[in-house]
Amino acid sequence: MAHVANLREAVAGLVRDGDSVALEGFTHLIPTAAAHEIVRQGRRDLTLIRMTPDLIYDQMIGVGCARKLVFSWGGNPGVGSLHRFRDAVENGWPQPLEIEEHSHAGMANRYVAGASGLPFAVLRGYVGTDLPKVTPTIAPIECPFTGEELMAVPALRPDVAIIHAQQADGRGNVAVWGISGIQKEAVLSARRAIVTVEEVVEELAPHPFQIVLPAVAIDAIAVEPHGAHPSYADGYYDRDNAFYEAWDAIARDRGMFRSWMDEHVLGTENFGEYLRSVRAEGMVSK
Amino acid sequence: MTTHGEKAGAAASYTADEMMTVAASRELADGAVCFVGIGLPSEAANLARATHAPGCVLIYESGTVGAKPDVLPLSIGDGVLAEHADSVVSVPEIFNYWLQAGRVDVGFLGAAQVDRFGNINTTVVGPYESPKVRLPGAGGAPEIAASAREVIIMLRHKRRAFVEELSFVTSVGHGTGGNHRAELGYTGAGPTVLITDLGVLRPDPETGELTLVALHPGATVEQAREATGWNLKVADDPGSTDPPTEGELQVLRDLKARTEAARRGTST
Repeated sequence: MAHVANLREAVAGLVRDGDSVALEGFTHLIPTAAAHEIVRQGRRDLTLIRMTPDLIYDQMIGVGCARKLVFSWGGNPGVGSLHRFRDAVENGWPQPLEIEEHSHAGMANRYVAGASGLPFAVLRGYVGTDLPKVTPTIAPIECPFTGEELMAVPALRPDVAIIHAQQADGRGNVAVWGISGIQKEAVLSARRAIVTVEEVVEELAPHPFQIVLPAVAIDAIAVEPHGAHPSYADGYYDRDNAFYEAWDAIARDRGMFRSWMDEHVLGTENFGEYLRSVRAEGMVSK
Repeated sequence: MTTHGEKAGAAASYTADEMMTVAASRELADGAVCFVGIGLPSEAANLARATHAPGCVLIYESGTVGAKPDVLPLSIGDGVLAEHADSVVSVPEIFNYWLQAGRVDVGFLGAAQVDRFGNINTTVVGPYESPKVRLPGAGGAPEIAASAREVIIMLRHKRRAFVEELSFVTSVGHGTGGNHRAELGYTGAGPTVLITDLGVLRPDPETGELTLVALHPGATVEQAREATGWNLKVADDPGSTDPPTEGELQVLRDLKARTEAARRGTST
């Protein structure tokens, strides 16, 4: 059952070295504050799962949190490459990164299977592509009723799922509205779930395209205003596009990346301090 | 490249990219249900929606159905896609209930590399285990290419993008040609057109090989051959694309200006 904790305690108690961790958010509501806290606490040997690895996984991979990445699209959305991800795959820096790659449809169905308590999911996909040759977690299966050949992908059962949402109520129910992506499935597929929220309100009000994750599905909630920066939080703030563009130059160079992380993430106590630190450098627009 | 229009109603001058976007937008029929990729396809699809195809239903893989963005989305999760959408559904629903179930008429894709059969690579350049360039990966493209009734591809014509052999087949076009797509069990027609900044390529009905069937004004067959990494097949008498009209160009430029203004607004 969800309890409101601070993020440091939530990560300390629920994320362990060697865990498989899914931080989700389909370019909307990206859980940046939680990713930074994992970096600060120096977690290692993680299997990072995410459909759209972007800046937060670039950061986690670059500082050496990750042993493996399970994903379907890894880029700086609308800008270009993830340079730390590329450096890890192309040059093994700072350490080799094992990759397991799927399509979005494959990853989405893997979460659905995990959330459904099934061992695998079935979809019509991948046939004729080179993905099954390089990804052992894609295998053909025959429909027992029609004989049609389909593809099977194993369930994702992350040790921990982490998402950012707009609101929680006093009982720990969580509201996500706007583009909710794969967040519900990620939370329900995981053994443990942490949610950061913009704010806690007395009662959740209706919003367009809202989903509510009941408190029973969540282990810890932490209030982190602006916790999805630089991504969007529908109803709260827009994407800080200048930050995404600035990240390209920071991440391109190993030394610049390290000193940036040292100063702004490892050198700050929490996300509030981080925001003040990057604002002072004019890197944050709001 | 800037070209000067000669036809009545044609715009006085425009860039090759503008010609490409306009030509691609014309491929989208009014009322079509179109699964759109971010970037060039999104630009062309929204130009179509603002001109000749106001009734097209734009689907983005983040789950927005009937998206009506006033400015171009910065990324797939941009709130402008949800704001006036007919519905917003989850990612599993968009891929399973909409795409896989056959509710999508047109898939509108970009690519990093393409081969003569319209197969797409967005995974790696070089060997998979030790890539020269690690690209972002598959995203939604493999299933869009598989399940949409037809596929429109947009790609700037360059030798490093139009390659003899793909390092990796991320999304299947016409496979190895001929009947290969049907043999794989695909029901959709695959790529029916590839729009570049030089011209228009369509698959040969027998072999599936992409054939240059039209050139944009000012572009030449030699230019297209030079920018293609295989021995490009050219139609006997390639046609000429109508240049952008003043109207098309105005709508496109307004859309891009609004988008730029909105982007500046988020960073000041």
